[in-house]
Amino acid sequence: MQQHLKSFVRGAIVPVVVLLVWEACARTGLVSPIVLPAPSAVAAKWWEALLSGELVHDSIASLYRVVVGFVAGAALALPLGLTMGSSPRLYGLFNPMLQLLRPIPPIAYIPLAILWFGLGNPPSVFLIAIGAFFPVLMNTISGVRHVDGIYLRAARNLGVGRLALFTRVMLPAATPYILTGVRIGIGTAFIVVIVSEMIAVNDGLGYRILEAREFMWSDKIIAGMITIGLLGLALDSAMNALNNHLLRWHRGLEH
Amino acid sequence: MQNPQIVVSDVQKVFRTQERDVVALKDINLTIKQGEFVCLLGPSGCGKSTLLNAIAGFSLPSSGSIQVDGQAVTAPGPERGMVFQEYALFPWMTVAQNVAFGLEVKGMSKGAMAERVDSLLDKLHLKDFRNRFPKDLSGGMRQRVAIARVLAMDSPIMLMDEPFGALDALTRRNLQDELLRIWAEFGKTIIFVTHSIEESIYLADRIVVMTYRPGTVKRDHRVAIPRHRDPSCAEFNELKRELGSLVMEEQQRHAAAEMKLAAVD
Ligand SMILES: Nc1ncnc2c1ncn2[C@@H]1O[C@H](COP(=O)(O)OP(=O)(O)OP(=O)(O)O)[C@@H](O)[C@H]1O
Ligand SMILES: [Mg+2]
Repeated sequence: MQQHLKSFVRGAIVPVVVLLVWEACARTGLVSPIVLPAPSAVAAKWWEALLSGELVHDSIASLYRVVVGFVAGAALALPLGLTMGSSPRLYGLFNPMLQLLRPIPPIAYIPLAILWFGLGNPPSVFLIAIGAFFPVLMNTISGVRHVDGIYLRAARNLGVGRLALFTRVMLPAATPYILTGVRIGIGTAFIVVIVSEMIAVNDGLGYRILEAREFMWSDKIIAGMITIGLLGLALDSAMNALNNHLLRWHRGLEH
Repeated sequence: MQNPQIVVSDVQKVFRTQERDVVALKDINLTIKQGEFVCLLGPSGCGKSTLLNAIAGFSLPSSGSIQVDGQAVTAPGPERGMVFQEYALFPWMTVAQNVAFGLEVKGMSKGAMAERVDSLLDKLHLKDFRNRFPKDLSGGMRQRVAIARVLAMDSPIMLMDEPFGALDALTRRNLQDELLRIWAEFGKTIIFVTHSIEESIYLADRIVVMTYRPGTVKRDHRVAIPRHRDPSCAEFNELKRELGSLVMEEQQRHAAAEMKLAAVD
């Protein structure tokens, strides 16, 4: 307990000092509030947005896009990755094209996304799906390729059929890799959602900070950024918990 | 011990590698009766695993044939249950799930499955570990689970590739006794690979000593010592000396071959 308190205090020193210096700079008028508003002003704005319900609405809108886009991308990547990982023929068939498409950042699809899907949620979800697709796919493929042959032999010896071999052996054996891909995929989805909201929609955290820029409401911009940070942190913690649960059998996680 | 159950005829296995062809098995002829406990004995590299894998159906012979109950072996199957040296338990399944898996994919009803799994876990002293994951078990425990998994399938034949090789001496003796009990109770046919001479004498009805490259049958010895065998008795040690010198000859050929290879490289 003592130890915990100590490390907490030590960890808080730098942020507190930064905040104090920042507040001092703003209060003394050293920098204009448009360039850098005081942290107290940012906090007040954040609180105001929270009470008005705007913050909650935008967070849910962004999260909704992340979830739908991610699920769409991962739902395509997972079966494709499982089959490509286990069949050298399919791998040879699909891999060249995928390698060609993979380096194109999802952001580069924005113009096409708008042409194809117009405005609103669909282009945003499309971009997020692309962002999530490749990390999940690549990790699933290498996960399946790294499945220890001994498990496949044991399964065949037990008379396990093709479908069960996929779902009950290869899929769980590849989970450590797949979850790494999921984590990277969610990270990418989170970047892409903010960018896409700056273009195609009129709510969400990305839209809100861009809107605030129009009016030069720096405090609102920073309040929005902090919310994005908090949401990302929450998402990552949830992922971590899921990870620990799904991999509770895994040697590497012995504490 | 009635009919021949496993018939290996003129089996040859050649591994083609980039540098050369390795003749792992040559002119292997074996007839194993139902209920027999056979040990394959020989130094490293003499083709014990290759022969066992061929009988299991994992890798088919280059020529010759293997028949089980009159049927040619073409693929692995649950009637020839395999216990691997590396345990090969599914780490994402609990002990009970591992034992049940083969029954589950066979479509056995939940009730019958639970009953059989429970009785096996009980028999192999695994009851308190049923909900543990393999990572939490000792090597000896893991091998018990692997044996229970094969017993669950009710395979008439058990193939075991150095199953106790990684265990300490005490655990090893323990599991050997357990295996003999299971063998007597269930009447399995067992083919057991080992490079321990003592282990083979302790367990087997019959010891097949193999030669090193090409792997052939050097000696097919029937162990006449009555069970339960005492490793300190005179007969045991007599046989140990005899088989020891056979294995040593092959061991020396192995060493000589390696020296020659090293000189060529
Ligand atoms: N896939 C393979 N490709 C090429 N050579 C192989 C292959 N598998 C086995 N061999 C060779 O065949 C011979 C027999 O191998 P095998 O694994 O059956 O020996 P073993 O008696 O089981 O030895 P150990 O006691 O070390 O397990 C060895 O010389 C080995 O190098
Ligand atoms: Mg071997």
